[in-house]
Amino acid sequence: MTAPLQPSSPPPAAFAPRRRISMTVVGPILALILLAALGAWLNPNFLSAANITNVLARSAFIGIIAVGMTFVITAGGLDLSVGSMAAFIAGLMIMVMNAALPSLGVGIPIVLLGMGAALLAGLLAGLLNGLLITRLGIEAFIVTLGSMGIYRSLVTWLADGGTLSLDFQLRSFYQPIYYGGIFGVSWPIIVFGLVAVLGEIVMRSTVFGRWCAAIGSNEQVAKYSSVRVARVRLATYVMLGLLVGLAVIMYVPRLGSASASTGLLWELEAIAAVIIGGTLLKGGFGRVWGTVVGVLILSLIGNILNLTDLVSPYLNGAIQGLIIVLAVILQREGKPGA
Amino acid sequence: MDAALNAPVLALEGIRRSFGPVEVLHGVDIALRPGRVHALIGENGAGKSTTMKIMAGYQPASAGRIRVGGQEVVFRSMAEAEALGVVMIHQEFNLAEHLTVEQNLFLGRELKRGFLLDKSAMRRRTRELLARLDRPLDPDLPVSRLSNSDKQMLEIAKALSREARVLIMDEPTAVLTLAETAVLMEQIRALRAAGTAILFTSHKLDEVKALADDLTIMRDGAVVQSGPAAALSPHDMAEAMVGREMSDLFPPRPPLDPAAPLALSVRGLDVPGHASGISFDLRKGEILGVAGLIGAGRTETFEGLCGLRPAHGEVRLFGEAVRFRAPSEALAQGVAYLTEDRKTRGLLLAKGMRENLTLQSLRKFARILVDRRAEERALDRAVREFDIRAGSRSMLVGNLSGGNQQKLLFAKTLLSEPRVLIADEPTRGVDIGAKQQIYALLRELAAQGLAVVVISSEMQELIGLADRILVMRQGRILGEVAGAEMTEEAVVRYAMGVARQVRPGEIRNEETA
Repeated sequence: MTAPLQPSSPPPAAFAPRRRISMTVVGPILALILLAALGAWLNPNFLSAANITNVLARSAFIGIIAVGMTFVITAGGLDLSVGSMAAFIAGLMIMVMNAALPSLGVGIPIVLLGMGAALLAGLLAGLLNGLLITRLGIEAFIVTLGSMGIYRSLVTWLADGGTLSLDFQLRSFYQPIYYGGIFGVSWPIIVFGLVAVLGEIVMRSTVFGRWCAAIGSNEQVAKYSSVRVARVRLATYVMLGLLVGLAVIMYVPRLGSASASTGLLWELEAIAAVIIGGTLLKGGFGRVWGTVVGVLILSLIGNILNLTDLVSPYLNGAIQGLIIVLAVILQREGKPGA
Repeated sequence: MDAALNAPVLALEGIRRSFGPVEVLHGVDIALRPGRVHALIGENGAGKSTTMKIMAGYQPASAGRIRVGGQEVVFRSMAEAEALGVVMIHQEFNLAEHLTVEQNLFLGRELKRGFLLDKSAMRRRTRELLARLDRPLDPDLPVSRLSNSDKQMLEIAKALSREARVLIMDEPTAVLTLAETAVLMEQIRALRAAGTAILFTSHKLDEVKALADDLTIMRDGAVVQSGPAAALSPHDMAEAMVGREMSDLFPPRPPLDPAAPLALSVRGLDVPGHASGISFDLRKGEILGVAGLIGAGRTETFEGLCGLRPAHGEVRLFGEAVRFRAPSEALAQGVAYLTEDRKTRGLLLAKGMRENLTLQSLRKFARILVDRRAEERALDRAVREFDIRAGSRSMLVGNLSGGNQQKLLFAKTLLSEPRVLIADEPTRGVDIGAKQQIYALLRELAAQGLAVVVISSEMQELIGLADRILVMRQGRILGEVAGAEMTEEAVVRYAMGVARQVRPGEIRNEETA
């Protein structure tokens, strides 16, 4: 979808100044540290284990999705459908588990069935997005804008305008997936951590990660370098779909329900986290650790506003918006004239 | 009155320019006079681009004076330079691809009547300007559908519409074919007759010889020679640019081994819309030249062969029938294509040399994880073997000079250890020193047993380098010349469609229509 960019005035050959340590690397980390310091200063409870666990667990859903989004954006794509995809998969998972309850009963098999259904649905949804984008050559923005509307509408229809709820007994059995954990660290945090570490390694040190950056940087060059552009692109969407499924597996036990407002605006939060983290929106460069920092920044803002009465929590969105714009301005400083 | 005695319309005096602590221009003097064509030549990295950018207001000088019509001026931006009639045309065109010819001509300076666009006035001016250039383009055609030479003409028309007194052109013929170049030269001569001062750069010294009245030669950021162009032969120019005596540009041609196995044998290859009935053989150790005008289907034919675009036909690689549906399949069999367009298809300009070097063969550097140390070692080797000169290892590839980019592209392509190399315009936009290195490299590769195809629009290059030349026209191979027959005349006759030959041993290529 991206046309190769011609620099309007290429820098003079051989004498370009060496790149200094750029704001794009330090900026997000600095912002996170400042926010944490601010939070600790405003409210002593901020640094309590309970609060930190709470912040991290709530970040996990967006975080897991944002890691996948990093790959999609790095390869020059975009996926607006992840929020409604999550809602749809949550609804589907609940319906599958409720339907299987009479035959399987409450137990591990039914939970595994639900998880399998969520992952499969995520994979298929990602595959659908990816195939439309890569095989039919439709803009990612358009395809995923369309699927965003479709999934949101489907979940509303499945729930008949109300809420799909997991059977009460099942819910109690399944709940530890959100609330439980090992060594006091809850499962969503552990899974988010694993996904982030794996994602960083894949992005940084595998052929796939390098290909994503090459495709986002210049699709033509990637093609002429024998990279299977369509296949790699498709894989980023499939991976993102799978990760949405994984996030839903963690999310459903939290409330045990899905409705038309489940996962609302998750796509924007995930994209914002990716951009705050320093990944280029037009593709070509991505870093997963940055995305993790971006997710944490976004949830810390919400948390600080809730813990203090300095600013109304209703202004959460406004402050997040400011941070996003600021992050992009700082990125531009690192790349003048880009 | 003798034009040479005219007062300069634009003059640089003692211009210096530093980037950080490094001074790259050391006191450059150039004077452009009205009604004269001035050529600026030098190796890549000699400081030509920086000089031109200072002239056109893209970059400020660190020291020195710029005079326009005798008045000292300071350009704070290209807009200020344009206001004084100094316009620069970049090698990469500065056109909005989706807008039409007319919209591009008036981009940023649209004619208005009240709040609305004055479309009829713009249409009238557009026709006038294009008529002046003798190039009746359709004003409603989107620029994306123009040929390179038409884009060039449009850039010139844009400059004319700005009442340019000084026209600065950065390698205007780099992307043009011979015929297109001839048209451009005519236009430049017409502009000269109308009193415009023109400065251009080119790596093609015969063009410089044919076109320039005055000549400035730069080396290492300083002017080494300046004066009337008539005094120097192309050979003298090359020596002044390089600063040493030039040995033969082309390496000696060893005799071909007639028993060498066929590396590539193509019969009746069709690339829909671009070429049809392409048949040829290529032996191991041979360099096969492919000549033709732009639009003759040369690039498309070989892109089709390598799976970069749809094609069908019989292709045998070392006797084995193959069919490549994707470039990765061709590469896996040892057929590598080196693109003619290194900036938009060959290299990732925003990435470093290491990432670019290994992109095509990345799998060799990875089990599960990419071995960065092995990559660094490969880069060390490539820098050494291909003589890639970069300021630092971490430099972005977009900041390398054209010649060094091209060497890196060669290193990248050869890293895949191909058996057949197809090099499309291997020396485009590359200075004479790097050209010589690339020719020597291609010959050495052939001597090592690679089968090489060289596609080129530079006739001299093919004649000097290739063992045999195929000439294409309108998607077909019209003729083949070899040995003593390889003359510019013979090639041009086929390329222009004046001659046609049924090649010996040719069975399937004969036209049935």
